[in-house]
Amino acid sequence: MRSNSAPGSSASLGVKLGALGAFLFLNVPILIIFLYTLTPDETTYTFPLPGITFKWFGVAVQRADLWRALILSIQVASVATAVALILGTLAAAAVYRSSFFGREAVSFLLVLPIALPGIVTGIALRSALGTFDFPFSFWTIVIGHATFCVVVVYNNILARFRRMQGSQIEASMDLGANSFQTFRFVVLPNIATALFAGGMLAFALSFDEVIVTTFTAGQQSTLPIWIFSQLVRPRDRPVTNVVATIVILITFFPIFFAQKLTAGTSDTQGETK
Amino acid sequence: MLQRVSTFLYLRPRMVLWLMLGPPLAYMFVVYLGSLINLLVYSFFYLEEFTGLVVREFSLRTYLESVNIANREIILRTSTMAAAVTLADALIAFPLAYYIAKFASPRLKTWLIISVTIPLWSSYLVRVYAWKLILAKEGILSWFVDLLHLSPLLDWLLRLPGIGGSSLSLSPLGMFVVFTYIWLPYMIIPIQTALERVPASLIEASSDLGAHPGQTFRTVILPLAFPGVVAGSIFTFSLTLGDFIVPLSLGNSKFFIGQAVYSYQGTGGNIPLAAAMTMGPVVIMILYLLIAKRLGAFDAL
Repeated sequence: MRSNSAPGSSASLGVKLGALGAFLFLNVPILIIFLYTLTPDETTYTFPLPGITFKWFGVAVQRADLWRALILSIQVASVATAVALILGTLAAAAVYRSSFFGREAVSFLLVLPIALPGIVTGIALRSALGTFDFPFSFWTIVIGHATFCVVVVYNNILARFRRMQGSQIEASMDLGANSFQTFRFVVLPNIATALFAGGMLAFALSFDEVIVTTFTAGQQSTLPIWIFSQLVRPRDRPVTNVVATIVILITFFPIFFAQKLTAGTSDTQGETK
Repeated sequence: MLQRVSTFLYLRPRMVLWLMLGPPLAYMFVVYLGSLINLLVYSFFYLEEFTGLVVREFSLRTYLESVNIANREIILRTSTMAAAVTLADALIAFPLAYYIAKFASPRLKTWLIISVTIPLWSSYLVRVYAWKLILAKEGILSWFVDLLHLSPLLDWLLRLPGIGGSSLSLSPLGMFVVFTYIWLPYMIIPIQTALERVPASLIEASSDLGAHPGQTFRTVILPLAFPGVVAGSIFTFSLTLGDFIVPLSLGNSKFFIGQAVYSYQGTGGNIPLAAAMTMGPVVIMILYLLIAKRLGAFDAL
């Protein structure tokens, strides 16, 4: 808020230039990918582009392997989000409404998967699967993703609970509603946008996750895994540009709406990957 | 019926608590903590050299192997990179965080925060990929460098041992740029949060007492923003330590920790060694968290 600074003060030129520089550094690179979807050049990343073509979108649509990867990614993200919504809401409700021994530890445990580097979660899950001879499947990917999606929902819902008025719940109970009615008609409408925001973030997080997935996917290929294989050994450069653009668009909108929903509140402060 | 269930549960708050806490806790304990403990146990096993099989008995030899000369070099290289990235991120993030917290109009502020948080949440891999395009020998950066007649400078940088390589997209220098870019939002948000909490009255008091803006910045704002910098550096440091995507995409034959772990568990089939080497970053992270806690960094999280 402007009132934070001394009245009439404005940033010095140095601060403005520094801020602008950081802003451009943060946002311009991603635009380069959009530009490169139009290159006719199949083997290099020549700039300026030697021409303009729209054919790669058509080529990408024809690729069966891409469709399989896209569908797998969407399925994994949907199921992981559903699991995260249930577990995250339960944990947030428990932590909010009662104080019990080890309450702090619950928050810590939930945050751990995003506080430690992804590779730790990945290799831990991988070695656990190995120990119990558990075969790789759709579910192993989902289990991996859910571990770090739960905290996103948990943070959003808990922040919302803390801003909700407890008197509303008491009033509902006083007026004769049972717990389920109170949940349905008082609690749920109150946390609806937080659920939506948390779910959107969890979906986006899962949809383009690659580090944990490389350890829990086996031979299956999600869209990020497909892109990763192209990063290490580029074979279909123009198609990769198109796929990257699709991933950006699919993750941009959920996060954008989640951010708009919670903007101005501290719901999503302090989040980490 | 529902009414009776409701009453039954209402009279047993402890039971409700465990019904709610049970599923998430069970999941995190069994799946996550279970796996971590399993990993810890594995790090004390070792690989039989002749058979290539994991021997399941307690031994410290895998840990000794994890700090042999080759691995020590990897650890040093990765830590140096993580420190450099953290420093660069702090320097780049500060002006933007400062501007967002203290100068931007409410409307602009909302948009700036969204523009910082979107890259924080999304498209990690795609953003690495973008730099593959930018840093390529024939790519946009080389074109700009050429335009400004700075090619000799770039060539000189790339010839430097330790940071250079055949092109920017295959060199530690390029990796440094990409790491700095990728983790920048993780530095901006905590600094901004910390700066947000510096009361305006404190700044006014400082200038009322005769400090000029530079002095106020150095003696009032900077010390109060420091916990935010520490909180941000937790992320930039640990994320760089554990990452294997960037080294695999832009690095050369000189390994980084994440990359080494990835190859030990994959092609090497040596899960104990991979486990022991991840314990390094985990321990560093925990120490880092403890130090950060003492500095009050968690208040800014």
